[in-house]
Order: sequence, then structure tokens, then C-alpha cells
Amino acid sequence: MSATEQPTRGRVLVVDDDSSLAEMLSIVLRQEGFESRIVTRGDEALEAFRSFRPDLVLLDLMLPGKDGIDVCKEIRAESGVPIVMLTAKGDTIDVVVGLESGADDYVVKPFKPKELVARIRARVRRNDAPTSETLTIGDLSIDVAGHSVTRDSKAVNLTPLEFDLLVCLARKPWQVFTREVLLEQVWGYRHSADTRLVNVHVQRLRSKVEHDPENPEIVVTVRGVGYKAGTA
Amino acid sequence: MASPAGRPLDRASHAVRRALTFWRRSVQARVVASTVLLSAAVVGIVGAFLVQQTRDGLVDNRVDQVIAEAENETADARKKLAAVQGIDVDESRQQDDLVEPIISRGASRGFAVILSPAAVTGGRLSDGGAKFTRGLDLQSVPESLQERFSEPAATAWTFTTIQTTRATPGLPEGPGVVVGSQVTLPADNGTYTLYYLYSLDEERETLALVSRALLTAGLLLLLLVAGLAWLVARQVVTPVRMARRVAERLASGHLQERLRVTGEDDLARLATSFNQMASNLQKQIRQLEELSRLQRRFVSDVSHELRTPLTTVRMAGDVLHDARHSFDPGTARAAELLQTELDRFETLLADLLEISRFDAGAAVLEAEDVNLVDVAHRVVDMTRALADQRDTRVLVDSPDHPCLAEADVRRVERIVRNLVTNAIDHAESRDIHILVGGDEHSAAIAVRDHGVGLGPGESAMVFNRFWRADPARARTSGGTGLGLSISLEDAHLHGGWLQAWGRPGEGSQFRLTLPRKLSQPLRHSPLPLVPLDAREPV
Repeated sequence: MSATEQPTRGRVLVVDDDSSLAEMLSIVLRQEGFESRIVTRGDEALEAFRSFRPDLVLLDLMLPGKDGIDVCKEIRAESGVPIVMLTAKGDTIDVVVGLESGADDYVVKPFKPKELVARIRARVRRNDAPTSETLTIGDLSIDVAGHSVTRDSKAVNLTPLEFDLLVCLARKPWQVFTREVLLEQVWGYRHSADTRLVNVHVQRLRSKVEHDPENPEIVVTVRGVGYKAGTA
Repeated sequence: MASPAGRPLDRASHAVRRALTFWRRSVQARVVASTVLLSAAVVGIVGAFLVQQTRDGLVDNRVDQVIAEAENETADARKKLAAVQGIDVDESRQQDDLVEPIISRGASRGFAVILSPAAVTGGRLSDGGAKFTRGLDLQSVPESLQERFSEPAATAWTFTTIQTTRATPGLPEGPGVVVGSQVTLPADNGTYTLYYLYSLDEERETLALVSRALLTAGLLLLLLVAGLAWLVARQVVTPVRMARRVAERLASGHLQERLRVTGEDDLARLATSFNQMASNLQKQIRQLEELSRLQRRFVSDVSHELRTPLTTVRMAGDVLHDARHSFDPGTARAAELLQTELDRFETLLADLLEISRFDAGAAVLEAEDVNLVDVAHRVVDMTRALADQRDTRVLVDSPDHPCLAEADVRRVERIVRNLVTNAIDHAESRDIHILVGGDEHSAAIAVRDHGVGLGPGESAMVFNRFWRADPARARTSGGTGLGLSISLEDAHLHGGWLQAWGRPGEGSQFRLTLPRKLSQPLRHSPLPLVPLDAREPV
């Protein structure tokens, strides 16, 4: 696949063992202005990730060579790049396991191409408008433009999605966000009310920023409503 | 609620009921009780017979002995009287001479003596003039015996109760035997009767001793029988109880549960057979579970295998659909058809997978309190586009208060959406009413249309998979034919009801009733199934 003359909107790594689907995905992505590379084996994914340096990874969960969950963990271990899972099973366990292993979002096959593209855009759109702003939440300080979070001048490593989630809460510390509102503001679309996305990512965020994830002080649960920034 | 006086009665009846329950439930108690009752009857009869025999033997013996002794005394007295014959003595003296030695002998030997007045005067002791052992009550001699000796008679005896006027040592008392025999006094040539009163005290004591011994033996025997019955019953009942417990555990799903087999007796064989049955059951269930697991695996695999190519086709279709303006009209229309049919294929696949999930028992509820009024309004919003397209109004008729039920909001919404789209499909552009109702036990939502309605018997068939009222009718809203089946499964998952009413030409009504709490059984619905405007006049 030759590099196009016009600048691309981003680079997408497609990891899927079904070559027809992978090719179809790359056709659709190219139409939407994304550059893509296809990997059909799980054990080749990490290498391709390092060499291609994509802005987003589309990852099938059932892969030959190496399980999609493991691939997801490996990529997450060295990069915060957005990962969107492709899954044939919409059942709770598969989705939650995938999200817990580090995926930012998921789409269930068969998906509508427009839906997939909307989600990809939502994940890479982040890079578009950096604002110069510094926020504090609890004992954390957030440099919005620099995409960094520090506690006692030590950096806390967050994925872009976790960062967005934290910024969203920190911007309006007086407001309680319902899971639906968070989905809209952070994930960038109104999904068919799958609030598991929010729950899993709040857990992941807490495990990184809280002193004691069992007794969260930074991202506080408001029972029956949603989440808000902690006042402490 | 019970009055104070009624309370002990209540408690008593409660105790009686508990005892009856125990009696009904415990084989052991019944075996022991019936054995003891039967043994008690037998022991009682045998004991009574033995006591009777012993008493007869003792008394007969004593009577024989007593008569012999009395006759001996009388013979002695007669001999003495014969010796004094000829000497004219005062009759009173002669009486004294006659009776005094006998009385003193009686005192030492333990019997009492009475010499009655002369038979000529009637010989009645009550008439006075009798000579007797001091302290004796003359009424001890029964009237019948005195009657007998009112004229000359041979020796006779009878039983009596010896009474005394004052306690005297050596004087018999209580049950006894009185023997009478007559002598003739030479002084007045009168016939007098000598009554000898012998006590039966010794016999009575012996009898009491024997009775006591028998009673003790009987009681011990009963105790032994009860113990034996208890032990035997226990030996039989314990394995049965154990089998019951194991059967209960098996029934509650602990399939690995087995009885312990000891020995080779009938119970051991019962246990062996029981275990064999359990093993077979377990094997069967394992097989079924394995089959069901394979089935689920198959469905899940098919879903994966089917979904991936469908995704590709779907994307290809989309690309073609987006580019249809550059095609010639025929190809453009083909791309459009491809698109709509792909949508249908997708919903059908989703519905099939949902049904197979129900069949596999893999459907899970994520329940929370859901207000059916809100659900109704949301569904109206969702279906507005379709309703407008079919020129149909959907109206919500709900009470002011929320109608709550513990339910999975996604599933409930799916049910109601299904009912409403079905209604829009069949309403023939007449108004559709959504009725909502609820109380503290349940909540219900009913969808009423005034369209074609349902034929007789169809209200049950509408929930069958792929069932259509009129196979020739156009499928307008693109339903898969699985919608109502899925809705019914969803309702059942909540422990709720989904029912249909319909009459040809008068439209139909579908009613969903959900229990207020998931665990509560449903008894009634706050809304009628047959709409009020369609009631037959009574």
C-alpha cells in the first residue's frame, strides 16, 4: 500500500485473522482518510505495532499465534495508543475481559462501518485541539496541553483515554457525571447505553491515581448517579 | 388476635398438631407404639390369667385346710360333750365349757370362734346370746350362712369379711373364710352352731406378692419390647433416612452424593441399587450437560464464524450503497436492496442468537427498579418515526404515580418496543393506546390496537417462533418472526406474564405483567387482559 499524496488523518493497525474483513476494513479506512496496515497473526502484532507506530489499533480478540487479550496487554505495556477491540461475542465476560486488559473501546461484529469510523474518529480526534490549561484534582496536577499528570512532581502514566476521563471530571469538580454523559464526553459518541465501558475504565484509572483504590478519593462514586471528582 | 383465654388452647392445639406431625412422619415412633400396645395387651391378659390361677389355687388349698381344722375342732367338741353326758349341768356353763377351750386354741392358732344361740330360737347371732372370741364383730358371719344353720345342717363354709370391734392381737381381720358346723348340747339338747373364722390374710399377701412380681416382670418385658422395637426400627429407619437425605441432596444438584454400603443385607442392597440409580442419573445428566455445552459452544462458534463474514459483506454493501449514485439505476437499486436485506439478515441473526441464548439458559438479568411509565414514553419516542410513517398515533395512558417493577430495563424496553411495533404493523392507522398500571405487588403495561385483531386460538399462537397470522401478508416493518417469542422469554425470565387478547376486527391487546420484586410470585395483574371497551355485555 503506497503512501498517499494527501496527508492522512491517522494510521490504523488492523489485527484480524480474517483477510477479507481486514482488507475490507482497510478499504473503508482509506475512504475515510486513514492509512492502515494489516496483520493477520497475533504473534506478529507487536512487531508491526513497533514498526508502523499507528495512532490506533483495531484488534480482533480471536487470533492465531497469540490471543488478542495478550496482544492488547503487550501493546498497553509499552504505549497508551487507543485500542478498539473487534469482538464477535457481545457477552459481558468477553467485553469486560477485553476492556480490563487495556482496550479503550469495543465494537461487536457485525458492525456498521459508519459506527466503526465514528469510534475511530472519536479516539484519534483528541489530538486535534490541545488547550493550554492546568487543572488540579486531589493532590494531582494536570497539564492538559502537555498530556501529563503529576503527583509531587512525579509523573503518573495514563493512557490518553484515562487522561481524557480525568480531565473531564477535573474540569467541573462540582458536577456529578452520569455514565451516559461520560460516554458522550469522553468516548465521543452516544453508545447503546453500554456503561460497562465507563465502569471498567474508572477502575483502571483509579488503580493508577488513587492512593488506595479500595477507598477512592480522586474519582468518587455517587451511588445511583455516576462519578465526580473528589474534593480532597 | 386470640383472646387471653384462647391462648393456652391455641398452645395446646399447637402441641397436638406438632405431636400428630411427628407421629405421621416418624415410622419409628409408630412401630414402637404399636409394638408396645400389642405387647401390653398380651402381657396384661397373661398376667390376669396367672393371678387368677394363683388365687384359685391358694384359696382352694386354704379352704380345704380350714374345713379340716374346723371339723376337727367340732369333732373334738362333740367328743367332749359326749363325755359329759348324763351330768346335769347348767346349759350356759356347758356352752362356756364347750367354747372357751376352742376360743383359746383359736387365739393361739389365729382363728376366731362364735357359738351361736340355740337353733331353736332361730340361731341368729344378732339376737344375742352368742359366745365368741372377744373383739369380734358378729356381722362377720354372713346372713346366708346363718340362714343355712337355722335348722340342722352339715358343715358349710363361705367367704366373708372379718370385722372386729377393736383391734386385738391374734384376731383375724379382713377377708376370710367362715366355716360353720353344729353341735348338740346335752344340757338342753339344743343344736348350736360353731362358726370358725379364718383369715385369708396370708393368702392375700402371697397373692399381692405374686401380682407385684408379675406386674414388675410385665413392665420390664414391655420395656424390653419397646427397646427392641426401637432398636429394630432404628436399624431399618436410619438407612432409609440416610437415603432420604442423600436423595434430597441429589435432587438439589449434588450429583456426586452416594450412600455408604456396609454388609450384604437387604439395606445394603437397597443402598447399592440407590447408588446405581444415582450414578446412572449422574451419567445421563452429565451427558445432557455435555450436549448442552456443545450446543452452546456450537452456537457461539457459529455466531463468530457467521459474524465475521457478515461484517465484511456489510461493509462491502455499505461501500456500494454510498457509491450507488455513480451506478446505473439497476445496479443502484441492487445496492439499495442489498443494504436493506443485510439489515434484515443482521436483525434475524441477532434474534436467533438471542433465542439460542435463552434456550441455553445463558440469559442473565441485570435488574433494577424500572418505572414502566418512563419505559412507555421512551418506547413511544423510539417508535415515533415508524408510527408517523404508518400514519398511526401512539397514546400513553398512565396513572400519576410511578409503576415500579424490579426488572432489566433493556429487556423490558425490548418487549414493549416489540409490542408497539407489532401494534403499529396491525393497527391499520387507527390509534394505539399504551396503558400502564401498577400496585405494590406488580406493574403492568398493555398495548391496545384497534386493527385486524386475532382469530380464535391465535392469542396463544402469536408467541410461537416464526408464526404469522396470515402467511400471505406483506412483512412491512421487517419483523423477524422471533420478536414475540423473545419477548415471552424475556417476560418469563422476570417471572412475569406476557399475554394476548384479540378478536377479529376489534383489534388486540397484549399485556405484560411484572412482579414488583423479582423473587415474588405473580398472582394478579393491575390491568385487565380483555380491554374494558371490548367486554361482552353480561
